[in-house]
Amino acid sequence: MAVQANAPGGPISDAAAGQSAERRVSVSKVWEELRRSPIIPLLILIIFLIGPAIFANVVAPHGPVDNHLDKAKLPPAWVGDQRMEQVIVQRARADSEVSINNVKHLLASGGATLVDVDGNGEANLGDSLVTVIPGGSMEFPLGTDKLGRGVLSRLLHGARVSLMVSCLAILLGGFLGTSLGMLAAFRGGLVDGIVMRIVDIKLAFPSILLALTLVAAVGSGYVTVIAVIALLLWARYARVVRGDALAIKQRDFIDRARVAGATNMRIMLKHIFPNVFNTVIVLATLEVGHVIILEATLSYLGAGIQPPAPAWGVMAADGRELITSAWWIFLFPCLAIVLTVLSMNLLGDWLRDRLDPRLRNV
Amino acid sequence: MQRFIILRLLQGLLAVFVISLIVFALSRVAGDPLAAILDDESGKEQIELLRKQWGLDQPLHIQYLTYMRRLLTGDLGTSFKWDRPVAELIAEKLPATIQLSAFALIITGVIAFPIGVLSAVKKDSWFDTGGKMFAILGQSAPTFAVGLILMWIFAVQLGWLPTSGKGGLRYMLLPGFALGYYNVAAIMRLTRSSMLDVLDTEYVKLARIKGIPEWRIVWKHCFRNALIVPLTYFSLILAVLITGSVVIETIFAWPGIGQLVIQAIVSKDHITVQAIVMLFALLYIGINIVTDIVYAYVDPRIRYS
Amino acid sequence: MTTTVQQTDSAVETNDEVILAVNDLRTYIFTRAATVKAVDGISFSLRKGETLGIVGESGCGKTMTALSLLRLVPRPAGRIVTGEIVLNGEDILQKSEDEMRDVRGRQISMILQDPQTSLNPVFTIGNQLREALGIAHKENKRSMLGRAVDALRSVNVAAPERRLDDYPHQMSGGMKQRVVGAIAMSCEPGVIIADEPTTALDVTIQLQYLRLLKEIQANTGLGIIFITHDFGVVARMCDRVAVMYAGRIIEQGEVRDIFNAPAHPYTQALINSVPKLEQRVGRLYQIDGQPPLLSNLPEGCRFAPRCAYASDQCLESYPQSYHMKDGHYADCWALDPAWQGTPIAEFIAPTGRTG
Repeated sequence: MAVQANAPGGPISDAAAGQSAERRVSVSKVWEELRRSPIIPLLILIIFLIGPAIFANVVAPHGPVDNHLDKAKLPPAWVGDQRMEQVIVQRARADSEVSINNVKHLLASGGATLVDVDGNGEANLGDSLVTVIPGGSMEFPLGTDKLGRGVLSRLLHGARVSLMVSCLAILLGGFLGTSLGMLAAFRGGLVDGIVMRIVDIKLAFPSILLALTLVAAVGSGYVTVIAVIALLLWARYARVVRGDALAIKQRDFIDRARVAGATNMRIMLKHIFPNVFNTVIVLATLEVGHVIILEATLSYLGAGIQPPAPAWGVMAADGRELITSAWWIFLFPCLAIVLTVLSMNLLGDWLRDRLDPRLRNV
Repeated sequence: MQRFIILRLLQGLLAVFVISLIVFALSRVAGDPLAAILDDESGKEQIELLRKQWGLDQPLHIQYLTYMRRLLTGDLGTSFKWDRPVAELIAEKLPATIQLSAFALIITGVIAFPIGVLSAVKKDSWFDTGGKMFAILGQSAPTFAVGLILMWIFAVQLGWLPTSGKGGLRYMLLPGFALGYYNVAAIMRLTRSSMLDVLDTEYVKLARIKGIPEWRIVWKHCFRNALIVPLTYFSLILAVLITGSVVIETIFAWPGIGQLVIQAIVSKDHITVQAIVMLFALLYIGINIVTDIVYAYVDPRIRYS
Repeated sequence: MTTTVQQTDSAVETNDEVILAVNDLRTYIFTRAATVKAVDGISFSLRKGETLGIVGESGCGKTMTALSLLRLVPRPAGRIVTGEIVLNGEDILQKSEDEMRDVRGRQISMILQDPQTSLNPVFTIGNQLREALGIAHKENKRSMLGRAVDALRSVNVAAPERRLDDYPHQMSGGMKQRVVGAIAMSCEPGVIIADEPTTALDVTIQLQYLRLLKEIQANTGLGIIFITHDFGVVARMCDRVAVMYAGRIIEQGEVRDIFNAPAHPYTQALINSVPKLEQRVGRLYQIDGQPPLLSNLPEGCRFAPRCAYASDQCLESYPQSYHMKDGHYADCWALDPAWQGTPIAEFIAPTGRTG
């Protein structure tokens, strides 16, 4: 039964309204079905993240840091040659202008021809310069960046970086959070108090700032990025696991194990951990998207993975400088992130609904 | 109400204390703060002199107290990179950040609340479905990607707006939208679901029975109640704004604190970074206290408990 | 069980003026899986100053009937499919939504089940009362305040001036329900629907509240539709009663007649399942089985699958309505002169409880 109550019209207008309501329902129904089913996000993930991450060496046409300086800034394969006409002026201020000082250099390097308005054979102010920007080729399907590195190849290798960093960070953060959460629940008292207070403050603070402070303090690199993200993640695990563990602690079988002489360590590992495992898995899945965004943002800001490593955030930062002339350098990594995170989020939602609907509000 | 405010202020002070401890600890983890400004050629006496001057020869807790005393008197230290007092740098850059964040916040409020409410009122319509898609997409895109894509479409391709820099409203539109985007998606979703809950309550039924016009039911009886849930997430909104401003200011060359902190990080200017993090923390905690008080005003149940 | 509130003598306020007549009302809820026939062809009428009880188990369509009368069926799934609801001489099903707003509150109103949730938590009592009053009276703030105080006084709220600035959570359940009553009656409607208004209240408060309702009725000539599952309350409150089962009214008539001579086996069972102090009954009567799903109703009499006396005819087709006396109707094949099964007189002995 629909929750929304609204005032109905008379019986006759009702019938018409009902029909259109049913049609509307079917549209959103399709969307809901699509949203609920894990197949599409799974496929996307396999194609864009997991597949490339594993097979990057085989699939990628080039190495992630292979420079082809002669083929820098090539557009994607489907973009043809482009003819660009620039007016020669004293100081260029727009894309359609070129400064007189650069003309000689451009003419000498080839690929540019002079449209000689006054016909004296020399480049003067007011003449135009026609440059042919070469189109893309199948050698670099998604074009190349300013150093002539294949965008596709870097993208594929970047999947490996993203996956590796996020998996390790989540493992580490999850381990930390789960252990502390179980410990807090088990010990109670002061330990519990301290851990949970830290969790509160941690959860409340903008994570990227802490990350930046940490990175500023200890320098950047794979290890730092993973450690920093793990430090940002643990609090949520700790809170959820503590809640679960507290509930489990009350159950009979824990007492029975204790009576049977099990040590605290054994009770935690053998009895409590398996019971919070589902929760941890769901949280981890829900977290992957968040972590990919975090890593990419850190890398974009120059506080994460360092260039020339093919991290998606690094690639997007490279593309920012050339956004006016070479859109493909920033756009593809951005799309890769959005698509991956989107599918990861959908998959996480699905998993949560299946395994642990309570986590909806976490 | 007064007790509530005092309690909240005390909690805020505690949080500031903890964060100042963390920031202080981090500054020491980073190693000798002098290392950044001294090179190998600096003489031993010179190092000792500076060490004494900065109080680095004192035990840690004394150092912390000194640090706090300086902080309280507004002395945030001197930036290595710019060779100017950090307080001065911040004072110069802060207005731009506040301007941009406020604009993003206004965008969030103006777009997210009405759309959230309408999606709930017109549940399962095209409008609602579109809103849901926008929300899910919005929560999957990192701020820098949204910023870059918006810049590419509206500044580079269409040429409607400038790509970067600070100027009139035209300069603020793209960064503002990019900064507000994530919050719009999140708040829209929250408003919608809490609005749906409210529309289903008995007091809305009673309002309908009273014969009150539907628009009045939605905007008087529901909206205020539906606002409570999204408001409790205000601290998250703020966190997103702070994080986002760092990213967005870098992308759009917006001369604010965010850009400053990144430049400081790149040039390993610890003192500036720490000062800015402390500032953000203070801002964040302060605004949260204000929100809680507003929240208590909106929902009388909290005020009296 | 003697209380000062006795069943009102029908002669006091009742006159023959019918203010609400419902004719073959059907309200269905259309879900993807099935059509739920929540209200499936009911007819009844209410006279000025009269109290009509609608009794039935939960899920039999009582509340949906109430919402239909206000045209507040949950949309878009729920719909009034057909029927007539004639209120003060006009069929409100023919009215537009705008016209409907003038009907709600002013001509017909409703008191909801749970006082805890029927007041808006973020506005003061005074605010919510004035809003309701403002629909009928457009006056300045001062006189609205006076009206609000009067409204609270009319429902026996002590120190009403001070109560106006209270928020709902500062009041007790009984007090809140009085305020809800005041809001419902603020525009002096001719008909009030009370949907189990006392189930959420303490027993002592329940009696006070019922007494209050009767007092107000005596003063204003209000028509009350009293929805309940409790036959005890019906005996105390109502002049006439309609028994609902699976979306239909299976029996209706004067309370006295129904109590003295319930015709329908279901009514008999219901009355027998009410514990009585004055009788030593070994164990309470209980009806076996479950009421049918409103989305999957049986062909014939809806009670037949649970009825000890059902014949093939009962299972095949829905019975006619038989009139016994003074507006006492019941839908049961056993009332047919051609009935072949156990004679109705030999059904469970009606409990001889006098008014």
